[in-house]
Amino acid sequence: MAVGKEIRTKIGSIKNTQKITRAMEMVAASKMRKTKDRMLATRPYSKKIGQIIRHLAQANPEYKHTFLIEREVKRVGIIVISSDRGLCGGLNSNLFRKTLSQIIQWEQTNIEVDICTIGAKAFGFFGGLKANLIGHVAKLGDTPHQHDIVGIIKLMLDAYLEGSIDELYVVSNEFVNTMTQKPTFEKLLPVVAHELEPRLNGHWDYIYEPDAKEVLDHLLTRYVESIVYQGLVENNACEQAARMVAMKSASDNAGNIISELQLIYNKARQASITQEISEIVAGAAAV
Amino acid sequence: MTMTVHVDIVSAEKEIFSGLAEMIFAPAELGEVGISPRHAPLISRLKPGEVRVKVSETEVYPFYISGGMLEIQPHLVTILADTAIRAKDIDEAAAIEAKTRAEEALSDKSGKIDFTAAQAQLQEAVMQLRTLDRFRKRGS
Repeated sequence: MAVGKEIRTKIGSIKNTQKITRAMEMVAASKMRKTKDRMLATRPYSKKIGQIIRHLAQANPEYKHTFLIEREVKRVGIIVISSDRGLCGGLNSNLFRKTLSQIIQWEQTNIEVDICTIGAKAFGFFGGLKANLIGHVAKLGDTPHQHDIVGIIKLMLDAYLEGSIDELYVVSNEFVNTMTQKPTFEKLLPVVAHELEPRLNGHWDYIYEPDAKEVLDHLLTRYVESIVYQGLVENNACEQAARMVAMKSASDNAGNIISELQLIYNKARQASITQEISEIVAGAAAV
Repeated sequence: MTMTVHVDIVSAEKEIFSGLAEMIFAPAELGEVGISPRHAPLISRLKPGEVRVKVSETEVYPFYISGGMLEIQPHLVTILADTAIRAKDIDEAAAIEAKTRAEEALSDKSGKIDFTAAQAQLQEAVMQLRTLDRFRKRGS
């Protein structure tokens, strides 16, 4: 029976798509659990080092490290952390939109921007624009290592030390929960005292062992590395969560379309049977 | 009541210890330091070695750390370890093996090995074993 052949092939192809999206949903769900565990495992360290750095910003050190001194801003550096793959809803595009609006704001005040990207999507996006891309890493996989991003961070820190950039930011997605990921803009350098932080009273400074420069160099580099790494791990968890949600809604949509098409197909089939019967009956009556 | 200070020990992988203590001992770069509550602010690098947290007269928790940073505020002590292990979880066999390997590497005079790396490995293994040893002595 030739009826509804197109509809049947269409239903078949949507079913195939649905199989794929459902499989991707399940893969993302299991990966999300793993990446989320990893994110939660490294969170205490980056929280603590952040706390120490904020204490440090309130100290009155004799030795002023370059990373602690605010300069007039002529050029800023941004590290953009994105995923390597697409099909994860609006995760990357929300992040890029936020970044872009900030960049435009800077450009209006004649501040130039240097960009380092982590992840293939960010590279594709900012590489396509006339942005000043100075560094890039991608394909770090689901278990990124700290040494993978050391190079790109060194690039930015050296630029900061040389004075070619005056501020350093990191942009990444924050994992709020499975349904929500928030694009965040975080200032890494220079380290300045936070207004909301409870004040540590009095004029005080740390005792440094062995000496201030060495310890602060080590600590501040470690701080930047750990915050960027945390951003990367967190972005990974976000990616899987966003993909899971996106694929779930894709599977649901496919299901809706299939049931609609099935209804149309059934109606057409029934109409053709009815027509055939009435033709036969009419034929018999004519005899 | 004795004075206490809040202690947090975190490694790159997880939070190891968080709570109040009467005194903390840590292997700072320039020698071991003992930290009482209301210590002056201090930042130091840590060498591989043993961190002991004295929670009360009878309760002392030993940890092994492979190096890291120490921050002291009068009311708060934070230890950021590269890796940290509770003393009772130290893998003795692995530590002994690492020690032998590092010693072999050091005695290899062909100059093919990275001397500083081997020395650091040896120090880590020795400190792990020492931490475990002391933990056992105290336990018995």
